[in-house]
Amino acid sequence: MSSAREAPMNWSGGVAPLGMSWQKLMMWIFIVTDGLLFAGFLASYGFARTGARSWPNQQEVFHLWFISLMTFVLISSSATMATAVAAARVADWKKVGNMVLATVGGGVSFLAMQAYEWGGLIRDGVTLGSNPWNVPAFGNFFFLITGFHGTHVLIGAIVLATLATRVRAGKTTAAGVELAGLYWHFVDLVWVFVFTLFYLI
Amino acid sequence: MQHQATAETVVHEKQSFLRRYVFSTDHKTIGIQYYLTGGLMGVLGAFLAGLIRLQLTWPTTQWNFLAKIFPSGMEGGFMKPEFYISLVTMHGTIMIFFFVSLVLVSGFGNYLIPLQVGARDMAFPFLNMLSYWTIVPAILIAAASFFVEGGAAGSGWTAYPPLSAVPSAAPGSGLGQTLWLLAVALFIVSFTMGGLNYVTTVVNLRAKGMSMMRMPLTVWSLLIASIIGLLAFPALTAAAIMLLFDRHLGTSFYLPAGLFIAGKLLPNEGGSPLLWQHLFWFLGHPEVYVLILPALGITFDVLVPFARRPAFGYRMTVYCLMAIAFLSMVVWGHHMFVSGMNPLVGEFFSIGTLLITIPSTIIGVNMIASLWGGKLRLTSAALFAIGTISFFGMGGFGGLFLGNAAADIQLHDTAFVVGHFHFMIGGVTMLAIFSGSYYWFPKMFGRKLSELLGKLHFWMTIVPFYGIFATMHFYGLAGAPRRYYNLSQYAFLEGVRWMPMVITVFAFTMMAGQILFLVNLARSLWNGEKAESNPWESTTLEWSALSPPPHGNWGEKEPVVYRGAYEYGNPDAKEDFVPQTVPT
Amino acid sequence: MTETGDQAATRTSPLGVALAVTVWFIGIGVFILGARRYLPEVASEHGKGIDVMLIYLLVTTGTLIVIGHLVLGYFVFRFSRTARVSPTLPGVTAQRFWSIAPAILMTVLAEGGVLVLGIPVFGQLYTQEPPADAVVVEVTGEQFTWNVRYPGADGEFGRTDPGLITADNALGVDESDPAADDDIHDLALIYVPVNRAVKVRLRSKDVLHSFYLPHHRIKQDAVPGMTIELWFVPNREGEFEIACAELCGFGHYQMRGFLRVVSHEEFERWLAEKRS
Repeated sequence: MSSAREAPMNWSGGVAPLGMSWQKLMMWIFIVTDGLLFAGFLASYGFARTGARSWPNQQEVFHLWFISLMTFVLISSSATMATAVAAARVADWKKVGNMVLATVGGGVSFLAMQAYEWGGLIRDGVTLGSNPWNVPAFGNFFFLITGFHGTHVLIGAIVLATLATRVRAGKTTAAGVELAGLYWHFVDLVWVFVFTLFYLI
Repeated sequence: MQHQATAETVVHEKQSFLRRYVFSTDHKTIGIQYYLTGGLMGVLGAFLAGLIRLQLTWPTTQWNFLAKIFPSGMEGGFMKPEFYISLVTMHGTIMIFFFVSLVLVSGFGNYLIPLQVGARDMAFPFLNMLSYWTIVPAILIAAASFFVEGGAAGSGWTAYPPLSAVPSAAPGSGLGQTLWLLAVALFIVSFTMGGLNYVTTVVNLRAKGMSMMRMPLTVWSLLIASIIGLLAFPALTAAAIMLLFDRHLGTSFYLPAGLFIAGKLLPNEGGSPLLWQHLFWFLGHPEVYVLILPALGITFDVLVPFARRPAFGYRMTVYCLMAIAFLSMVVWGHHMFVSGMNPLVGEFFSIGTLLITIPSTIIGVNMIASLWGGKLRLTSAALFAIGTISFFGMGGFGGLFLGNAAADIQLHDTAFVVGHFHFMIGGVTMLAIFSGSYYWFPKMFGRKLSELLGKLHFWMTIVPFYGIFATMHFYGLAGAPRRYYNLSQYAFLEGVRWMPMVITVFAFTMMAGQILFLVNLARSLWNGEKAESNPWESTTLEWSALSPPPHGNWGEKEPVVYRGAYEYGNPDAKEDFVPQTVPT
Repeated sequence: MTETGDQAATRTSPLGVALAVTVWFIGIGVFILGARRYLPEVASEHGKGIDVMLIYLLVTTGTLIVIGHLVLGYFVFRFSRTARVSPTLPGVTAQRFWSIAPAILMTVLAEGGVLVLGIPVFGQLYTQEPPADAVVVEVTGEQFTWNVRYPGADGEFGRTDPGLITADNALGVDESDPAADDDIHDLALIYVPVNRAVKVRLRSKDVLHSFYLPHHRIKQDAVPGMTIELWFVPNREGEFEIACAELCGFGHYQMRGFLRVVSHEEFERWLAEKRS
């Protein structure tokens, strides 16, 4: 499917000009719209933060080494996913199964670490309405954005777990694995933005 | 060929009634479902408008029969102010999302796109079916919201917080507002599924020889509208999620400190009402282009066969549609000139907004010029298409006033705005719905509509429409604010007290005229004269299929396209038109 | 744009004539109706500039509406009567011309209007500071009236705190603040002297409202959490209405107020009376 990349795009009808199946095109369009949803949240966060009189110091609030570890885990899971996609192309289904499971493991670890982080903050008194630093917007955006992202990770993990069982049963195609891979990389990319914009700067 | 065989072959086993007509995955059935559902909602929206007109024109009259339908809103036969505000809110919401979008974008879009590009169905028929069935609960929720405690949402279709964010701020801000948010959320999900399908189908499933520049303008306009819709709706999704959080989870995305509502000081702090406005209008402005661009595309598709001339400036129109779409995404602030936003930012939005007049004017000129040298066949469809040009001009020029930040100070939130947007997303779109209906009805149902009724319908629409909404422009110039339950106490409106009555008389006349259309539809569906494949002698692909086309559209062989969409009046041809499927 | 003899041969089309006449009627009718005076009589200095902009737009768009409808009606009239289609297709030059000409026209008309006429008005309203002797008045919108407050002789507004709001203390004025002692309060009524700048500090207690003075070409949303300053110079004596221009609940239509523009002597008399 990606071999058509060498040929020039053919818009004359009768062929798919981007050299990709409609399922893949649809996944890309979905990723764009979902990405824009996160962009909306992040832009709102930017609007609120630039207008805020003060903002908590992330280095004091978060355990940044822990968050960095979470980020590393998620990025690694993208690497295992990419390996799975490559293995599917050469029909090495055993490897595909293992790599997909590793990805699921990475995702679930990320979620567990995120839950631990949430638990710590909630214990410190961070709620949706207030927090010890008296900047409600901070808690609002933190839970909203990481919550949405975490939900996406969870959905991805479930889809991948299902995919792993289907691999075992011999019912998957390389295209299906690639589609799942696209979604997972997207979720990872969103996290990079969230990590940078919310935790680091 | 990288086609996916997405539709079943022509011969297949008999399906149950449910699978064939209710949960159909055939784009034509889904298109008709959208068309009829949207039409029904249009009738409901018109009914709400009628109630609004009653209140504005005869505020002291007792309407006992209405008290039976709306016992709390029309208690004792008199309209409560909060009921009026929820009428205004739901009229706008229903007309925009559940009438115009459903009929024009979802109805005609689903029906026409595969046929006009030469595909057998949409890229993902199952998703297509889901997109329709997501709308049904949305509509039920919106309708039900009238009957919950506090009534339907009452913060305008624009739902500005804090009014919409604090349940105690108004009766309609309780459960009614939550239901509104749910209905809109479901609409967005449905639209996204549909938009994915449209873009994928146009990009991937065009027939052999159907290059992009051979596509009819209907398809171009729907493609471009889908793209900006897909890009813009996520902002409203984000905004709505944050509003739900503010309403139910104690957050303060939109709520600043110090709000004193219903006798209580609210604990929120740190939020900004302006954030909602930015997010809402980031969607809201492209949304109106999502509605009007397909109307423009359809108008070209109808004008051309009835002028027997190619569309004037086809390529330029395509580029202009793209330019309008791009510009539409960067001018949302023109709804916020007096919002408290930095006025210099307002000037920037003003300059951008007025750029849109350039491609819009070119499109209008192209429409008029498409008539030049033609031999006009003034069928009902053609009449409505010609009327659309007038509406587009009138509404468009009103936009110059509102896009201009200085002039807008006086006109913002007045009846001028109401007149303007009704011309654009109520007039141009509605006329395109009618011209498209008269034009494609034979293809959709295999029968002809009555031309006599159609022409009467035209006259009873176009003249009253001007009477209503041109008058509203003048009413707004006189300073009349919008969303007012009663304007009679304001002395500065003394000179224009006659206007609401004039508007109402024209409004009820126009509504009566629409009955002609409904009667025409019903009669022809029942036992109208049978129509052949290509009764209008048109060139585009859908007319080479049967009327109505079978499942899979094209029979055994998919069409091959050899020429552009509008080869009319060709001196080398035997007849005065050459269908796209005729080899060169 | 040549035509053969064949295209000139005519058929009758009463419908074409009717449509053409209707289109002409619409274009001309809208122009004539639009030429009437609807705008409330202007009563402020900057308002004159806004009216210049509005009239410019009325004249230019009105002209274009008439011309557009005359052309459309003529095309309908003429080409509903032709016996056959013209065999000549529009050439490249024609197509280019009819793209470039409208583009230039709208750039000049629309953008020109904004930039040449609008920016000076805008600049005056939004970037210039009001003169030092401006009468300062604070207006706080609430559901469903306007709370008006003058700073009194000390020129300072008393501190407010939403936590202090009661039925008798609509703004939550902190009575312990000495600056609050001489504040003058009123409800939906603003007194100002003619030909002197008025600076309004606009606030809101609950939801969005919008401070709208139709005669003075003033409109500004009142946003809770923000204090927005605007100023204008009323140049006519009289009593003018205030209306709310942002949906604020079921009483949105009831937020009627008055701006009383009086002579300087009358204003001083009123101030003195209020202070005692």
